[in-house]
Amino acid sequence: MFDLDRWQEIYHVLSKNKLRTFLTAFGVFWGIFMLVIMMGSGDGLKNGISQNFGDMATNSVFIWAQQTSVPYKGFTRGRRFDYENADVRALDEAIPEIKYLAPRTNVGGFNGASNVIRGLKSGSFQIFGDYPVFDSIDPVNLLQGRFINELDLKEKRKIVVIGLRVKELLFEKDENPVNQYIQINGVYFKVVGLFKSKRTGEAASFDNQRIHMPFTTCQKTYNMGDAIGFFNITSKDGIQVAIVEEKAIKVLKKRHAISPTDDAAIGHFNLEVEYKKMVGLFLGIRILVWIVGIGTLLAGVIGVSNIMLVVVKERTKEIGIQRALGATPRIVISQIITESVVLTTFSGYFGLTLGVGLLELINYLLDKSGANTEMFLHPGINFNVAITSLAILVVAGAFAGMVPARKAVSVKPIDALRYE
Amino acid sequence: MVDISNIHKTYITGNNKLHVLKGIDLKVDAGEMISVMGASGSGKSTLLNILGILDNHDHGEYILNGVRIENLNERKAAMLRNKFLGFVFQSFNLVSFKNAMENVALPLYYQNVKRKKRNAIAMEFLDRMGLKDWAHHLPNELSGGQKQRVAIARALIAKPKVILADEPTGALDSVTSQEVMDILTDINKNENITMLIVTHEHDIAKRTQKTIRITDGMITEIIKN
Ligand SMILES: Nc1ncnc2c1ncn2[C@@H]1O[C@H](COP(=O)(O)OP(=O)(O)OP(=O)(O)O)[C@@H](O)[C@H]1O
Ligand SMILES: [Mg+2]
Repeated sequence: MFDLDRWQEIYHVLSKNKLRTFLTAFGVFWGIFMLVIMMGSGDGLKNGISQNFGDMATNSVFIWAQQTSVPYKGFTRGRRFDYENADVRALDEAIPEIKYLAPRTNVGGFNGASNVIRGLKSGSFQIFGDYPVFDSIDPVNLLQGRFINELDLKEKRKIVVIGLRVKELLFEKDENPVNQYIQINGVYFKVVGLFKSKRTGEAASFDNQRIHMPFTTCQKTYNMGDAIGFFNITSKDGIQVAIVEEKAIKVLKKRHAISPTDDAAIGHFNLEVEYKKMVGLFLGIRILVWIVGIGTLLAGVIGVSNIMLVVVKERTKEIGIQRALGATPRIVISQIITESVVLTTFSGYFGLTLGVGLLELINYLLDKSGANTEMFLHPGINFNVAITSLAILVVAGAFAGMVPARKAVSVKPIDALRYE
Repeated sequence: MVDISNIHKTYITGNNKLHVLKGIDLKVDAGEMISVMGASGSGKSTLLNILGILDNHDHGEYILNGVRIENLNERKAAMLRNKFLGFVFQSFNLVSFKNAMENVALPLYYQNVKRKKRNAIAMEFLDRMGLKDWAHHLPNELSGGQKQRVAIARALIAKPKVILADEPTGALDSVTSQEVMDILTDINKNENITMLIVTHEHDIAKRTQKTIRITDGMITEIIKN
């Protein structure tokens, strides 16, 4: 129920020394403002980094061939070798923990001269020979047509799936690329699909310059024989990909006469480990933000508590009069706690609003400027966090008022009345 | 109405003990108007504060309107003060940020009377004090006599059994003092409210029915006026 007298008193208390009230409020304001800004920035950083993963299965490992570094079974060190098709089956049979196994080949260096031509247009793109499962490991958004299928693989069809950038460079604006032909290193391929990366920013433009053809087609067309460029393997759900990684390296070493102690021959990259490091980092940032934020907030709240103590002391006589006239301790305590809660909640609310506002502004400016958002994307705090912090504020305000309120009623009314 | 016997009070400050009230016995009937006189430091205010349940006594018995006052918690004490007692102080003790009307209405606020109703009642009491036009003024815009009249209205509004006034005219000139006494005697007569008035002035004391003299913490004389 609205109680005008109560609000009149709150107004009186808070407006009596405006500068003091303002400075106290500022402490709380700053605490929550910092908390919001830091959390928003943390999220922005996380969003920025996460976008580089797209929908990529994070429990995956890449394995490629390098040079041997240990002489073994009559071979000297420094030997080069290639993985071959038989390795695929061998890995599959030896490692039951594998979910997807995608061998891959690639054609030429994509940073070199134009390797793809269509009529008068040409461009330099990344060209891969892939298994259909590749789409399950690192999915893309298909805009038109389809991805590579088993039949393509089996019949070594001369078809390709192209990225959006490829289409933009080789086709007219409103041309449908599906069922059209493009020439890759002198050979014609039919386009069966068009895709767009699920990532954003730089990572996306990288993806959109890819051309995928069936793995078998690639090997045959470009005379690669049996050679495989690298493997991309994911583990079954709930199994660490490191287990698969270790087993796969063992199998491959055996099959290619590589010393078990040779750590340089087989290149490998465990995405899961990297991903976990990153997740750990973000958790760390989050914890740090909360500690610093809550600390700052706490300092603000202690400031409120302090000021309430001073206010109660200043108002000793006034409170004494009220008690002489029949104000029960409950009335006095609830009045002081309300003052404290009002002060913290209002200043906290401003901090929250301003913090969220600033984040929104940053968001807007980032979007508008089209800045490279590789590291930073959509800073913001979620609604629950905002509500939680407000709840924390109300509770903290109540606690801040508790000690001063107890103090106010702990003196005898006569001592309060006699206070000068 | 007020019945105390063998009341003792000792103040302890650091190592000093000051035995201020040394066995006070007093019976005040309903509707009596009594003045308390005595030298400075004799314990008049101390006695009045104990009667007002603003302070506690160490020994003895205090019965107010049939209620034994002993080991009350502060909530109970506040409620008794609100219901049975009205205070008038030398220094007025008005709440600075409330206007005259709101000050007068304050005891009813603690009884949870609705704002509209309690302000209307406060206006009636202010009217009786001749202060209707000053109802919306803050205390610092009023003269001493006006302030004390507001304080008396405030002491009356909850219809108390006893009014305790500690030097109510102490800060007023003699003419204004007599006016305030006119009001208090009127109230005593018309409403039959018991009154205890501490004063240093014989003119004031003479206007009460009985004067009690306190010397060094004891009642040494009771004079019928
Ligand atoms: N809270 C206290 N702590 C310690 N001593 C006190 C306290 N209150 C009063 N005294 C002492 O008790 C004695 C009686 O004080 P009291 O206020 O009752 O005197 P009084 O008769 O009202 O005097 P006056 O006429 O000057 O108002 C004084 O000596 C005073 O110093
Ligand atoms: Mg005194």
